[in-house]
Amino acid sequence: MIGARRLLLAGGIVLALWGMGYGLWYAVFAEHQALEEIGASLSTAFSSAAQREAAQSGVALLRYKESKYIYDRQVDVHSHWIGLAMVLIVLGLSFDKLSFSEKTKLWLAAGFLAGACLFPLGVLFQVYDHGPLPRVLAISGSALEIASLCLIALGFARNQSSISRS
Amino acid sequence: MLSERYETLAPLSSRRLLVLGGIGLILVGMIFGDVFAIFILHQNASRVGASLAAAAHAALAGDSTTVTNNFQAVGGFLENRGTKVDTHAHVIAFGYLALMLALLAPWAVLSAKTKRRLAWLFLCGAGLLPSCVFLIHYVGLARSPLKSIGWASIFADVGGLFVIIALAGYLYGLGKRLLSGERSAVQDHPLAVSSFAGQLLLAGGVLLMMLGFLHGSYYAAVDLYRHEALDYSILSQISMGAAEKNAAAVESGLAAYSQLQGEKAVNIAAHAHIIEFGLLSILLAFFQPYVDLREIWKRRWAFVLLLGSLVLPVCVLLELKFGLIAGGLADVGGLFVIVALLAMWIGVLRDTGRLDAGDTA
Repeated sequence: MIGARRLLLAGGIVLALWGMGYGLWYAVFAEHQALEEIGASLSTAFSSAAQREAAQSGVALLRYKESKYIYDRQVDVHSHWIGLAMVLIVLGLSFDKLSFSEKTKLWLAAGFLAGACLFPLGVLFQVYDHGPLPRVLAISGSALEIASLCLIALGFARNQSSISRS
Repeated sequence: MLSERYETLAPLSSRRLLVLGGIGLILVGMIFGDVFAIFILHQNASRVGASLAAAAHAALAGDSTTVTNNFQAVGGFLENRGTKVDTHAHVIAFGYLALMLALLAPWAVLSAKTKRRLAWLFLCGAGLLPSCVFLIHYVGLARSPLKSIGWASIFADVGGLFVIIALAGYLYGLGKRLLSGERSAVQDHPLAVSSFAGQLLLAGGVLLMMLGFLHGSYYAAVDLYRHEALDYSILSQISMGAAEKNAAAVESGLAAYSQLQGEKAVNIAAHAHIIEFGLLSILLAFFQPYVDLREIWKRRWAFVLLLGSLVLPVCVLLELKFGLIAGGLADVGGLFVIVALLAMWIGVLRDTGRLDAGDTA
């Protein structure tokens, strides 16, 4: 098995396991509590509004906003880690069809794998830090993903044109 | 060549089971998704919206009991919707996993018998879990020995356990190879052969995924935070309007909230579908050597699949602007993918039949 392919396949499998493990942990220990908090805070906000207690309603809505912000990111992290892992595995299987040198393929594989790990990690850090750093990490990770995928597409296109020439 | 193909796609071999089962699962999941989208999704979304509106109106009237009742009704509708979405997503995801296992199987250092047993276990779990998830809403807690988990959930977990055991088995085989330091290439028919249809699906799949990635990053950069801020500010407007008995603020808030939910839903659906179709195209590219159809038809079905894969997400995005016309076209795109997938599945079935008959033609 070539180095780049091995890296993508092994990295994809490990990332899928990591993403599933994270999802399992989240489902067992955090998801139900988060969903309950979202539902209860929204219901409290409206019930307080019915009792004409605007301040209490506002506090409940802020609780809703914060718990929804965290829940959305946790679910996104879980689904993106697993989704990107599947892309890594599938691309790994077709990597020998890329018309690049082995060294370039290895760099591309490393870039794609790094992006697949960093992008959801940046999203996860947004739960704990609302500052710009986690966003920068997420944007860098996704930029790495897109740039690697563009180059991979270019590699496939070069392979296709060399097949048609031959 | 025939003997090699016979070896990898022998009767009841793990690869044959996983290829036919995998494409079959994706087909079932897509048909279920189409039926769900047409007959359940929109009606359910209307009921959720109506219950939220009723809760807001009850708050406006100062009736907190009706507010609570309506939120409980929303919970019920969301559970109904959630189990249907989970069924659709899991059947298709298991189909992808089956195709990936079929591709990775030659690298797993396991006996043919073990691989076959694991493939059966995987397919049983992949069928059991989504069927039981679908039944959760209808079975509820009837005759359940547990307080909060019903029989349907228990059997769904058993299905999940089957899938986990099968995956762990294959991973063990792959790990054995990776750790053994074995560097020799595995001779694998689908990975080695590159027909025009296969190349088309491969290139189209990568392009679809790239479009999905670009759309996702555009959505994250331009709309995600704006939508999150709007979600909070609109709900604030509704609850404050109700507290201050301002009916106009409540009504305009409800209309804006419905519009916002629609915007979020179409963007997420378009992003997820285009990437998943890209992934499906790449996976199917590998199995083109097993599709026993004339070359011209293989190209046509590959083109139809790619066309449908592009039409569905683009039309889903356009639904907000063009309403039912775009929705109808999106369904046609989905139908294209289903028909092309069915044609390829029949092609694989024909190939296995020909191999079993020992036909070299």
